[in-house]
Amino acid sequence: MLDRIAALGRSVLDSIAGAGAAFFMLMRALLGKPQLRKSWPLLMQQMYSVGVLSLVIIVVSGLFIGMVLGLQGYTILVDFGAEQSLGPMVALSLLRELGPVVTALLFAGRAGSSLTAEIGLMKATEQLSSLEMMGVDPLRRVISPRFWAGFYSMPILAIVFSAVGIYGGYLVGVRWLGVDDGAFWSVMQSNVEWGQDILNGIIKSLVFAFVVTWIALHKGYSCTPTSVGISRATTSTVVTASLAVLGLDFVLTALMFG
Amino acid sequence: MESRNTQLAVGLFVIIGVLALLFLGLQAANTSVVTNGDTYKLYAKFDNIGGLKARSPVKVGGVVVGRVSNISLSGDYYEPLVEMTISAEYNEFSDTTSVSILTSGLLGEQYIGLNPGFIDDTVEMLKDGDQIYDTKSALVLEDLIGQFLFSQGND
Repeated sequence: MLDRIAALGRSVLDSIAGAGAAFFMLMRALLGKPQLRKSWPLLMQQMYSVGVLSLVIIVVSGLFIGMVLGLQGYTILVDFGAEQSLGPMVALSLLRELGPVVTALLFAGRAGSSLTAEIGLMKATEQLSSLEMMGVDPLRRVISPRFWAGFYSMPILAIVFSAVGIYGGYLVGVRWLGVDDGAFWSVMQSNVEWGQDILNGIIKSLVFAFVVTWIALHKGYSCTPTSVGISRATTSTVVTASLAVLGLDFVLTALMFG
Repeated sequence: MESRNTQLAVGLFVIIGVLALLFLGLQAANTSVVTNGDTYKLYAKFDNIGGLKARSPVKVGGVVVGRVSNISLSGDYYEPLVEMTISAEYNEFSDTTSVSILTSGLLGEQYIGLNPGFIDDTVEMLKDGDQIYDTKSALVLEDLIGQFLFSQGND
């Protein structure tokens, strides 16, 4: 009995210590004098591998999710003779929810896992220690550019996702199922607001970008430097980041649209 | 050259993002936000505002000229007071103007319809903060049914 209570206490202490370590890792990586000339090429390199290479999966899944929304929405709305509301339905669900959330989930799977595995392997092969031996701070050199690359990339990816998704809804709704072209866009325009919908969606995806990239980097940086440890850390990145995104999405939605 | 190609790809990535944002902003959202420029406020009291909400549109003949900015109860009898923010572009309403709460379609959203009044030498133009006294309340379906049943019973 006492052992169980002790195990519970240990796991709580461990998780608090983990959160503290993650916080200090981020602070040490981000604070301090910025060296633009040195960090710019690193940032470009990471933007390429984190952002540009994620573009294909984002565009393809955005297109298909928009098309499915158009198809499902049409079959329901046409029963009420309200198929002209297809535009706002597709646009609002993409801009407010699906754009930021699905992008964050895909990003956690596509880019987050690779960040964790890369840093974990760097740790296992003692590249991080070697950097420290050479007097280079691995947090500034390795963690910081990856963090900023994720933080800048994900909102761009979410915007692209929403735009492509709306186009997908347009393809299915207007071109295939015959919703009126003008009504599709004009009803959408009268229902979608810059500040309320688009800006809030971007704020959401900024929060998700911060959380997902942070989790991925911390899991890699603090993993057990063995092959089992790296594989566990990679799995844990995807699971933790996805849960954090879905939980935070509820909180943010309640704050913004509640 | 490796690094130059990378920079090129990242630059294109950012440009695609900006284009997508422009697409969302110009094509999907309403760009002609009436209440973004200079505005002035008008007030109107109703007996019943039905389903009117803050941000509902204010229309003249179907054209949006402003939005409902606030709804509160006022006076000793707790009458709903609606504050409307009207674009300064349309500042020539006379004080004989009437307002009514209308519904778009059978089950649609409710909005405020402004009917501009006549203009001659004796009427004044509405200014910022003025109240419109000629108001027609929202039609509440239950009241209508009640009246209908009542009139049927009298026959």
